[in-house]
Amino acid sequence: MRLKALIPFVLFIILIAFLGKGLFLNPREVPSPLVGKPAPNFTAPILGDATKTFSNADMKGKVWMLNIWASWCAACRDEHSLLLEMRKYDLPLYGMAYKDVEQDAIDVLAKMGNPYIVTATDQDGRIGIDYGVYGVPETYLIDQSGIIRYKQIGPITPMDLREKILPLLKELNS
Amino acid sequence: MIPDIGHYALMIALIVATLQAVLPLAGLSSNNKKLFAFATPMARLQSLLIIIAFIILDYSFYINDFSILYVANTSNSNLPIIFRLAAIWGGHEGSILFWVTILAVWTLAVTFFAKELPLRFRSTLIAVMGLITVGFLLFILMTSNPFERLAFIPIDGRDLNPLLQDPGMVFHPPLLYMGYVGFSVAFAFAIAALLDGRLDVTWARWTRPWTTAAWVFLTLGIALGSRWAYYELGWGGWWFWDAVENASFMPWLIGTALIHSLAVTEKRDAFKSWTVLLSICAFSLSLLGTFIVRSGVLTSVHAFATDPSRGLFILVFLALVIGGALLLFALRAPTIGLGEKFDLLSRESLLLSNNVVLFTATGAVLLGTLYPLVIDAMGLGKISVGPPYFDVVFVAIMVPGIFLMGVGPIARWKKATVPELAGKLKWALAISIVSALLVPSVMGKLSLMIFVGLLMAFWVMSSVWVSVNTRLQAIPTGTLREKISSFGPAFNGMLLAHFGLAVFIVGVTMVKGYEQESDLVMKKGETKLINGYAFRFEGIKPLRGANYVAKQGQFYVSKDGQPVTLLTPEKRLYLAQRAVMTEASISVNPVRDIYVSLGEELEGEQKDTWSVRVYFKPFVQWIWLGCLLMGFGGILTMVDKRYRLTKVVK
Amino acid sequence: MMKLRYVLLTLVVTFSSLSVATDKPSTAATEVRLKRLSTELRCLVCQNSTLADSDAELAQDLRNEIRTLIDGGKTDEEVVAFLVARYGDFVTFRPPVNANTALLWFGPFIMLFIGALVLILMLKKRSAVLGAEP
Repeated sequence: MRLKALIPFVLFIILIAFLGKGLFLNPREVPSPLVGKPAPNFTAPILGDATKTFSNADMKGKVWMLNIWASWCAACRDEHSLLLEMRKYDLPLYGMAYKDVEQDAIDVLAKMGNPYIVTATDQDGRIGIDYGVYGVPETYLIDQSGIIRYKQIGPITPMDLREKILPLLKELNS
Repeated sequence: MIPDIGHYALMIALIVATLQAVLPLAGLSSNNKKLFAFATPMARLQSLLIIIAFIILDYSFYINDFSILYVANTSNSNLPIIFRLAAIWGGHEGSILFWVTILAVWTLAVTFFAKELPLRFRSTLIAVMGLITVGFLLFILMTSNPFERLAFIPIDGRDLNPLLQDPGMVFHPPLLYMGYVGFSVAFAFAIAALLDGRLDVTWARWTRPWTTAAWVFLTLGIALGSRWAYYELGWGGWWFWDAVENASFMPWLIGTALIHSLAVTEKRDAFKSWTVLLSICAFSLSLLGTFIVRSGVLTSVHAFATDPSRGLFILVFLALVIGGALLLFALRAPTIGLGEKFDLLSRESLLLSNNVVLFTATGAVLLGTLYPLVIDAMGLGKISVGPPYFDVVFVAIMVPGIFLMGVGPIARWKKATVPELAGKLKWALAISIVSALLVPSVMGKLSLMIFVGLLMAFWVMSSVWVSVNTRLQAIPTGTLREKISSFGPAFNGMLLAHFGLAVFIVGVTMVKGYEQESDLVMKKGETKLINGYAFRFEGIKPLRGANYVAKQGQFYVSKDGQPVTLLTPEKRLYLAQRAVMTEASISVNPVRDIYVSLGEELEGEQKDTWSVRVYFKPFVQWIWLGCLLMGFGGILTMVDKRYRLTKVVK
Repeated sequence: MMKLRYVLLTLVVTFSSLSVATDKPSTAATEVRLKRLSTELRCLVCQNSTLADSDAELAQDLRNEIRTLIDGGKTDEEVVAFLVARYGDFVTFRPPVNANTALLWFGPFIMLFIGALVLILMLKKRSAVLGAEP
């Protein structure tokens, strides 16, 4: 009888353990199923010069980073200076202006500095859907064979850069 | 100055509550009766201090004292006065103070209405409530001080979230909290019984009215919240199986089970451990709900601004209170005393089978609510568990329970037989089946869901009718009115509550089965015919409210040339938060609601053209009417002489 | 500070959702299927409403995308798979049935069965004990 009476207590302890673990998880962050899969193909016009296009196929054989941003996105401002700083690493950074008014995006880059080698545009958000974007900024690290190795949801913080992105970059380049 | 008084009142309340908890418990362990005398005065003083703090904070809302951070964050000088007073529970700090204020109200009620309990038991009971108060006061003072001041006083406040600026905000939280927190009394009864070693028929009789009272509040609170969501969220949903909705629903389910198991314990002195365990579970689930809302472990519409330190505090508190209670249960749960005999088929056994169903249903809701967290915690990815899961699993589990609910009240206490039950219920079953087929043939659509739903509803209704009839026949003389009043309120209350559930099921089934939705694009002056109703769009009227500006659509609704109503859905821009809100307009009627919500104005050349959503929701009001009947049923059972709170017990 | 940023974010969301995208209704049959599908899908921006009820811009884009897929002859399962491939299982309110979710889907029914069994056994044992005493 005693042992049976302990069952509720034991179940409760298990529950508490999960709840405790849950406190340190972020329920809103959705891990991308695309990590470890080939980056979806796209060919998109380049910001400021619609006669030229940029495609992920152009980057075959290189480790590179795709940063999806927009001029209307406040959180994108937060990571802008860090992106500019990142030019010192051996990591080609390409931008994608997501559902943006072209002139607005050009103005932001002119005012705050342009961290991107090239900025492509995703006017109707179609590429965004393929990449599973649900809130800008989002950033993808893609390896030589075109596989997505890492996805950052929200602004990149110096800690993310130091602890996740740079070690991964080192590993991919070695 | 005044806010500081509120803060001090809370600090002193903490000291007094500690005494309220510690002194009687010390008296219990040392068998020192003198210490019991402290319980009531300390409890009253502590409650008074907390209520003073609450009034001070609400007064600060009233006078727009934006030197208080919490007031500055959740109110605004343009906010209408009634919302300013209700804004106190519009954010985390104030609502947790409100939580503990409600606990104070229940504590006061216990000190005044439970006078006739033996001193020893009553003091232990009050001490347990004191322990809970201590935990919550510590939580407020350490992590969520509502009286925190700002060094620079802002000119105006940030305003209450526009979604909350609604009459629902005034009534829904108080009722819900009264229910949630009310289970602390049943919890305290259970713990006191375990500590005191007094677990018997009288214990069950004492607990019953308190449990029912909390249950009634919770029923009405949930119903009101659902109705509020229905008209405020702009898409006519009334229940979403959201984590926080579930958090309020689980204590309700367990509370319902508890009410039924208390009946068995009171009648036959049986299944005492089980009843105690349910008492502990009901309040534990209330606490778990508090944790879910305030820790941010699950995504929810109701989530407050989250802070890990708060989550951690509640989790530790949760572990201590519930863990302690369950451990005490394991140590002290009565192992002897089976109570009186009753048969495998009897009213008693049917009440207990109801418990199995309700307990399992609670388990299913808990599992569905926490499963995403469990999967995430084990590193297996992220999933969502939503309405498609609950609609299937919860309903499938409840169906046998509702079937038994039709049988239970017909069955005799102690011993029932299948032939007797079948004899009484065969016509009820036949009528239910026929009606469940007849209604869809009138409505023009039949599905399994609709059939099962209606069958259950008619089944419960006809069983209520059989119950009344059986009782009437048992009384040979007297007028109908005399006969019915001789049933006693407890019996009538039970039947009313059961009938209410049937009404609720009708509402749910009809809405789910026959709801119609149309997305329209309408130009000023245009008329469109939907479901036999003509909608004429007469354009947009600008409006100005106290703290918002609005565009109000004018829709004249008529049927067969006869005017029905004018519907005026709005698109509001709340000025302080620059937030846009959709305000639906609803034409209510017992058999159908017409629900219109305004979309966007189309761009380009098409001036005065708007997108509009029109819903037809048959019988949707029955959902809340059913809940109201359940609540009234609960109130009726409480006035039964057997449970008079002031009854002298030796 | 976090709070302020949150306020700004919601501002951006509100205003951007006021601007461009609109639903582009397709045929009636498509709309019915879209409605049914989208009530079981989560809007990722305002994570607590369904794709059907959300006014967020991404929700409108995704609804239009689903219309295109349906008009392109895709089955309901293929549409859901399309979204799951991009956003993960999180996007659907109907969790898939697999090893990880077996407990979720079947647990409650097993619990009901065990509960009923335990009740019957306890009642039997009880009446046996009580029946022995007069």
